[in-house]
Amino acid sequence: MLKDITLGQYFPGDTIVHRLDPRTKLILVVLYIIALFQAEGWVSYAVVLAVSVLCMLLSHIRPKNLFRGLKPMLIIITLTALLNIFYTDGTPVVPGWIITWEGIARAVKMILRIVLLITGTFLLTYTTSPIALTDGLEMLLSPLKKWKVPVHEMTMMMSMALRFIPTLIEETDKIMSAQRARGADFETGSLVRRATALIPVLVPLFVSSFRRADELAVAMECRCYHGGEGRTRMKQLVMSSADHVALLLGVLFLAGIIVLKLLGL
Amino acid sequence: MADIKVVNLSHSYSIGTPFEKKALDNISLEIPHGQMVGLLGHTGSGKSSLVQHFNALLQPTAGQVYVGGVDINSSKITRRDVKHQVGLVFQYPEYQLFEETVYKDIAFGPQNMGLSSSEIDERVREAAGFAGVSEDLFEKSPLELSGGQKRRIAIAGVIAMRPGVLILDEPTAGLDPEGSRLILQNLCSYRRSTGSTVIIVSHNMDDMARIAERLIVLANAALVMDGTPEEVFSEPEKIRALGLNVPQSTQIALALKEKGIDLREPVFTHELLLNAILRIKEAAVC
Repeated sequence: MLKDITLGQYFPGDTIVHRLDPRTKLILVVLYIIALFQAEGWVSYAVVLAVSVLCMLLSHIRPKNLFRGLKPMLIIITLTALLNIFYTDGTPVVPGWIITWEGIARAVKMILRIVLLITGTFLLTYTTSPIALTDGLEMLLSPLKKWKVPVHEMTMMMSMALRFIPTLIEETDKIMSAQRARGADFETGSLVRRATALIPVLVPLFVSSFRRADELAVAMECRCYHGGEGRTRMKQLVMSSADHVALLLGVLFLAGIIVLKLLGL
Repeated sequence: MADIKVVNLSHSYSIGTPFEKKALDNISLEIPHGQMVGLLGHTGSGKSSLVQHFNALLQPTAGQVYVGGVDINSSKITRRDVKHQVGLVFQYPEYQLFEETVYKDIAFGPQNMGLSSSEIDERVREAAGFAGVSEDLFEKSPLELSGGQKRRIAIAGVIAMRPGVLILDEPTAGLDPEGSRLILQNLCSYRRSTGSTVIIVSHNMDDMARIAERLIVLANAALVMDGTPEEVFSEPEKIRALGLNVPQSTQIALALKEKGIDLREPVFTHELLLNAILRIKEAAVC
């Protein structure tokens, strides 16, 4: 059950989406999110939807995998939809009803916006390895170094955190099994009881996380790691012509959405 | 009456995904009460998966597991109760200690069984004795003790539930020779005084040859050998073909055979090797 968490998962592949430079993909995702929040009319939404479907098709990621990541968001999505349906003024669907046509339209747009936002960002993590992603992020943020922002350290922490998610999930599973074997019960009882039942899992998990962090720090120092100063890379990021085309298309896409917004579509 | 009975047990992980993997393939076996069993096999041969079926931590994909004649997967209640009858000590159990004191940690299992505090106290002291945990340590934090001590505390935590069957997954992994000798010694005396079944999952052929009455060998999710150490080690070539080691004494016997000296009987402990060599020597003198 814990293994089903898809956060930061990467599906290796060799499509045009996979091959793009991580910096390009990061910029494109930012452009995409801005465009998504500029969209107001149905035409704009249709364009954004078409573009995301096109990207999904290009990446060969199975839609099933993309939508599986939406599951944890289901409550938020339904809640927003319901609130919008019931709390928007306008012409009632049936005279005297609280539900209005405007409410339904807004709810549908809200659902679309959230789903497109999540699937769009998932597409980034599904097609980019965590290392490439943090490398790209580090290079994009490197101008901030002038103002003494520890960009390298921050991205290093991020890649380590991503790296240790599966390890910690596995460890949690193992500790839970072991405590279950000693008669611990995680499934029944009141909320308070179930929360206290987690102590025998959390304490060893914390202890082993600190131990792991310690060991990792020692191992890194043994390999002469001393921060980002003067550090070079084996895999240099290079922008290809495909990246330039993709960036140009991204800018055109955002410009198009803004034009549509000005036209009121 | 068989204490543990496994009928046509199969288990696969991640069914229905590209990562589907068969961990156990049609395994049937019976372990009578009071036996000392060594479960041997390669990493990934299915040993750990098999023992996790014995206390219903894993549910079979196909087949049944009976403990004391009861199908342990027949209901939620049997699945819970079997955990009190079959105690399982995981690999590196010291990483699961969590209480502030050694005493409280050993008491965790009995507490979950809903016993009275006097009963719990009795069991904690008894289990600590069996596992070789001195009572001076009771008020210490388990985190400040040595690796071997932690391991013994974790084993005591399972023994304190007084399981009829005690299973240990690699109980000596990562310990120094003295530490592993102590643990195995404690396990042998525990079994002698309580008469419970003890199943040890291990890589270490020398240890298993010495202390187990019966050896079960798994390879590629299937049961490939099952018998007394004499029977299993009478086919040392077969064990080597499975990619496993044979005990040191068996290795010496094999080397002697290559040199033309056939000891003519299965050898798997230093005593047996010594006796066999002495016999051959006597025969040569006459």
